[in-house]
Order: sequence, then C-alpha cells, then structure tokens
Amino acid sequence: MIELNVTIKNKFYADSSSAVLAEIDFSVESGEFVTLIGPSGCGKTTLLNMISGLEKSTAQEISCNKSRNKSSQGHYLGYIFQQPRLMPWLTVRKNIELVLQPEQYHQISSLLLQVGLADKGEYFPRQLSGGMQRRVSIARAFAINPKLLLLDEPFNSLDAPTAQRLRELLMDLCRQKGTTVVFVTHDLPEAILLSDRIIFMSNSPSSIIHQTIVDLPRPRKESGIAELAWQAKLMAQFPDLLAGRINSILE
Amino acid sequence: MSLLIKGFPKDFFSLLLFRFTIFTAIALTWQSIAWLIASPDFPSLFAVIKSLHFHLSEGEMLTNILITLKRALVSFILAMLLGGLLGILMGINAWVNKLTDALLIIMLNIPALVTILLCYIWFGLVEAAAITAVVLNKIPTVVVMFREGARAVDTDLIAVAKIYQVSPRKTFFNVFLPQLYPFIIASARSGLSLIWKIVLVVELLGRSDGVGFALNTLFQFFDIAGILAYTIAFVMVILLIELLFFKPFDKLVARGRHFDRT
Repeated sequence: MIELNVTIKNKFYADSSSAVLAEIDFSVESGEFVTLIGPSGCGKTTLLNMISGLEKSTAQEISCNKSRNKSSQGHYLGYIFQQPRLMPWLTVRKNIELVLQPEQYHQISSLLLQVGLADKGEYFPRQLSGGMQRRVSIARAFAINPKLLLLDEPFNSLDAPTAQRLRELLMDLCRQKGTTVVFVTHDLPEAILLSDRIIFMSNSPSSIIHQTIVDLPRPRKESGIAELAWQAKLMAQFPDLLAGRINSILE
Repeated sequence: MSLLIKGFPKDFFSLLLFRFTIFTAIALTWQSIAWLIASPDFPSLFAVIKSLHFHLSEGEMLTNILITLKRALVSFILAMLLGGLLGILMGINAWVNKLTDALLIIMLNIPALVTILLCYIWFGLVEAAAITAVVLNKIPTVVVMFREGARAVDTDLIAVAKIYQVSPRKTFFNVFLPQLYPFIIASARSGLSLIWKIVLVVELLGRSDGVGFALNTLFQFFDIAGILAYTIAFVMVILLIELLFFKPFDKLVARGRHFDRT
C-alpha cells in the first residue's frame, strides 16, 4: 500500500530562470486514482518526472509513505509514457522480460493474455499497430506489480474506440491490483471516466487551482448522461477551468 | 553457426551470380587492354593467373596471407575494443570528451607512416610494435564513430530502464548497445579496409613475412604479375569475409528495424 505526498514550492529548470511549477501541494491516498488536468506546457510531465525520480527533487518535495521517495527503496513504480517507448530491437516478450527478474518470466504469458496479445509475444514492436504497442507498454508497467502507477497522456493519438478499450483495460488492472494512480491528461471526459479525484492546474508557473472528487458510481460510461451532466455542472461553475483560470467570484 | 546459415539462403546465390558477372566484365576488359598494349608492365590476365597458381602451389602465398590476416584480425579486435570503449565514454561524458578531444584530433591527423616509424624505432622491429602501430592508426576513427553513436542514444529509452530499475548490465546490452549497432557496423567495415592497408605498409617496413613483405620482394624483382596475383588473392579473402561475417551481422542488426515497409 502506498500513499504519496507532493509539496513543491517553485521548481526551476536547470537552464531557465522562470519557474515551471509555483506551488503544488497534494497527497494521494493508497489505491486512489488521481488525475491532473492542466493546459499544455503547464509542467504536468515535469511533475510526473519529479515523482518518478527522473527529475531531481528533495525529500520535502516528494515523499511516499512519509519517507523519502527513492525509487529504488523497494516500492514498485510503473510509468506509462506518452509514447510506448518499447525497445524496437526486442520482441514483445523480451521487452517485458527486460523489466523482470528471470524467476518472474513465467508470468509474461498470462499478462499478454490479459492485454489481448497472447499470440504476439514473438513480434517486434514495429510489426504491431499503435494501439497494440500501447498495450505492450501497459503490460510492461503491470508486469512489475506497481504500487504506484504514473501515466502521462497515454491514450493520446489513438482512435476513440481503441482508447476506450485501453481505458477499460487500465481500470480493470488497477482495480484488480489496488494500484495507486497519478494520471495526467488534458481530456476532461477521460478524467471523469477514470478518476476518484481531479486536480486542476493553472498555466506555468503552475499551481493547483481547483480539486474535486468525482462522486459518480462505477462503472462509468463514456458520454453517459450522468457523466455529461457532471461535466456540464462543473463547466458552468468554472467556465475557464481547462484554460487554467478560475473565476474570482467563487474564491 | 545457425546465424550464418540463416543469413544465406535467399540472397546468397543471386549475390554470387551478380558479383560473378561483374568480375567477368572486369576480366574481359583487362584482357583486351593487355592485348592492345602488349607491354611487359601490363601483364595479361592469363599471366597473372599463372603467377597466382605458381605462388599458391610453390611459393609462400598462403602462409603470407594467413600471417597478414592474423595481424589484421588482432589489430582489428584491439582497435574496436579500445576505440569503442573510449568513444562511448567520450559520447556520454562531457568531461572525458573535453579532456581527450584535442588528443583525438591530433591522433586522427598524424600520418600513418609516422606512427609506424615511431613504433618501430621505440619498440624495435618486433611483432608487438607492428600491431601497436596498426591499432594506433585505427583507434581514432573508431572513437569518432562510437562517440557519435553514443551521443545519438535515445534518452527516452534510457529513462525507461531507469524507471523499471533494469540492472546496469541489462541496460547496457539491451537498451544502450543496440542503439550503437549501426555505428559499430560502419566503423567495422571501414575499419577492416583501413587496417589491412596499413598492415601491408607495416609489413613492408619492418617484418620479414606477410603479404606486405612479399609485395616488397616482388617489387624488387619488378614482378608485376606477382604483385597483381597477390592483390587478387587478397581481394578474394576480403570478399569472403564480407560474405561470411558482415552480411549475417547486417541481418542481426536489422532485426526489428525495418518492418515499416512490409
């Protein structure tokens, strides 16, 4: 079980004098699915990279279970990137073997079955469609049984039905394993479909402008009536939320 | 071994036929020119083949070729390993690059002959000096290739290895090195041709065996047919290496890379 705390004050890029993140302060409970939404360029990917340890951070900024988030300290982190990022010279099976220990290799077949690629293990990534490559990257992330899963707009550039199938696959796997998830997107309907809670970010240097719990029953439907009504209500309340601005009336 | 056999079937014979046609055309041209000129400085193909037969059956051609090949192979392996290591270090570490960049440019531009002479003077006319001279001549070009390769490595893929805590050994062989394969092949190809040319000069200047030495002797006797016979024999060997070694390796490298076309 894992719980994530993020407390950031002014994050700069190494080669720039303007901050990309101003003040970001939130925590994610164990097993919770939290989505970050913000306009493009607001530093969502930077934030995920800080959580994952790809970008430098301090113990005060990012902590897991109240201790330093050192990614090697025995908690398992999965990261599904915007691009599938598979090794083109390795077969699908070898791509997953890459992140596992030899004694775990026997799990791969059932994992490929779960993502619907049972017969594609010996294919190279370039022989697969974009959606299938995405599924391999999902299988790779779940292969290590992540306690914390980070996703960076993983369903971008996919056609709607494929994206929808992959979202269902993701939800199934997360529910099965009780994974804590931080999901980044700029697609509000997608966020409503998936999340327990949505955090809205402003333009860079970004801070949190609004948080809301998605109190809709599951399973949710894409473009379902309740989902659309929920979205309409939120948009009526804060028309400029997706552009990174919040109305001053309600402050 | 299975790799070698797998590399063969479809291309092998058509390639052979294609090359055979080209060789026949060259041979015919050669023979006609020799007839036209009719000079002892331009021996006919028959004279050369006769000389080739003579050197193969009675001379020491085979021994000499094997000796030269051994020298070329040892130098090749040493130069690829040392140059590859230094090149990768320079490619991934800006500090190492700054430190050695000037040296690299100097090494790249020192004439091969100077290195050879200095090695013989400093280490004596011994085998080790010969090998060192060849290796020193080849290393800089290998370094340049590997450095470019290491610089072009996709950091996104390295990030994947980092996130999933892939061991350094696995990361190197499965994530890093495969990105360098095209650069390795390019430097191996250009490397072999450069090396055997330099090996001949090294042998000519300070060894008493090998193809370079044999060519020098033939030159003393003005045996042009003999010189051409040796050239032909060596070209054959190089073509064989290309066919047996580089082609299958090309296939290995192409794995997973070229499916976009189909």
